[in-house]
Amino acid sequence: MIEFLLITIIKALVIIGITFLIVAYSTWFERKLLGHIQLRHGPMRVGFHGLLQPIADGIKSLFKEDVIPENADTPVFLMAPMISLSAAILLLSVIPFGPPIYIPIIEREFTLCLADIDIGILFVLGISTIGAYGCMLGGWSSGNKYGVIGGLRSSAQMISYELPLVLSVIPIIMVSGTSSLVEIVQSQAGLWNVVKCPFTFIAFILSVICGLAELNRTPFDMAEAEAELACGYNVEYSSLKFALFFIAEYMHMFIFAAITTTLFLGGWQGPEIPFIGAGLSGLFYFSIKTFLIIFIFIWERATFPRLRYDEVMQFGWKILFPVSLVNILFTGLWLLTFN
Amino acid sequence: MKYDYTINVSLNRPEKGKYILPLLKGLFYTLKQLFTKPITIEYPTKKREVSKRWRGLHRLKTDDKGKLKCVACGLCAAICPSDAIKVCPYEEEGGERYPKEFIIDEIRCIFCGFCAEACPMDAIELTGVYDYVDYNRSDFIFDISKLKTPEEFIFKGK
Repeated sequence: MIEFLLITIIKALVIIGITFLIVAYSTWFERKLLGHIQLRHGPMRVGFHGLLQPIADGIKSLFKEDVIPENADTPVFLMAPMISLSAAILLLSVIPFGPPIYIPIIEREFTLCLADIDIGILFVLGISTIGAYGCMLGGWSSGNKYGVIGGLRSSAQMISYELPLVLSVIPIIMVSGTSSLVEIVQSQAGLWNVVKCPFTFIAFILSVICGLAELNRTPFDMAEAEAELACGYNVEYSSLKFALFFIAEYMHMFIFAAITTTLFLGGWQGPEIPFIGAGLSGLFYFSIKTFLIIFIFIWERATFPRLRYDEVMQFGWKILFPVSLVNILFTGLWLLTFN
Repeated sequence: MKYDYTINVSLNRPEKGKYILPLLKGLFYTLKQLFTKPITIEYPTKKREVSKRWRGLHRLKTDDKGKLKCVACGLCAAICPSDAIKVCPYEEEGGERYPKEFIIDEIRCIFCGFCAEACPMDAIELTGVYDYVDYNRSDFIFDISKLKTPEEFIFKGK
């Protein structure tokens, strides 16, 4: 029992530590990529090609003055970034990062997944919605009109895009016959879910679009909309609290990329690389696929203009929602005819 | 109808519901841009060449023997619209006239170049040095020794 606890705690710490590193460097990667797309260099000064920039940013936000506005509802104002970040961290517990890995020195096998729960998908979808509370409460409690509008927008948008997201994931559950994330990955050993049938491919596209809206990323970044809302729900936040929001946002991005990899792109599946064993090569494939999804997110951010708010809502309810419903029906028909 | 005319922002704008192809085109374009070379000039380490006629910090020219060309006639100080030049002439018995003191206040100066145009001896010119920085206002008051070597004050970062 104590051994189990110890292993779990160590695993959790390792996962959180690595994820924070990934989050820090995905901000660097985003700035660098956006820069090069816009014919700039991006960060160049701190370290080789700005490699120490995330650390410098972290130190800077750590030492900034922490301002709580006079009109703010202080306890809620303090709680909002914590909700945002803890919802994101909670999601890390169910992601299967790789196949079981055997460490010869201590002669023991470890699963690269903190918890393999039977309702993995439901857990992910449920907890990721809690992140919306962070934005909403943060905007509402800061006593600022931009904050309120940003919070309202983000909560309305997240709620309306949560539906098509859930519905677009259902075909995967139908095809795999399970809702445990590990088993879903195992079921994709021969063929990834994206290419298993045409309707899972549609589901993939739908879920990426809904994910963009969930993450408040560019074509749907209503909550932040720099031009109209100053900064949206986090206008009044400064110092470490702002950093928490920022980290939560990027962690959500990483987690969404990881979940998409797990559900659609076959998770850790791939031809085994010789000499490093199944565990490490699985980890390698997982990170490559996740990186690719993150790359696509940043790439489209550099390309697409922001939609208008009513267009976003219309797109969500009038197009994505019915399409994902019909998609479930057709997946069922496909399974009925071919299995 | 009050408004019976339409304004077309762009004539070859895609119709409603036909945005998919342009969006994909845009994605392709940004991907292409990603692999082109950035056009940024990394400022303090690399600099854009300035025009030959650029009017930056002043230089007091010297002749072949290393003596100042300036004869301290005071025309530059007279024409200076911002009153930035102060010349103090000195003349030894039977010797040549030269400036004992030649001070340009680079903060007052508007870099119009009138001093260089007015100079009868072609003794002062404006160089291409445009990024001199320092900590005190008094550092910007240039005397003869500083005016002889304006290239030393190019900003190199840190």
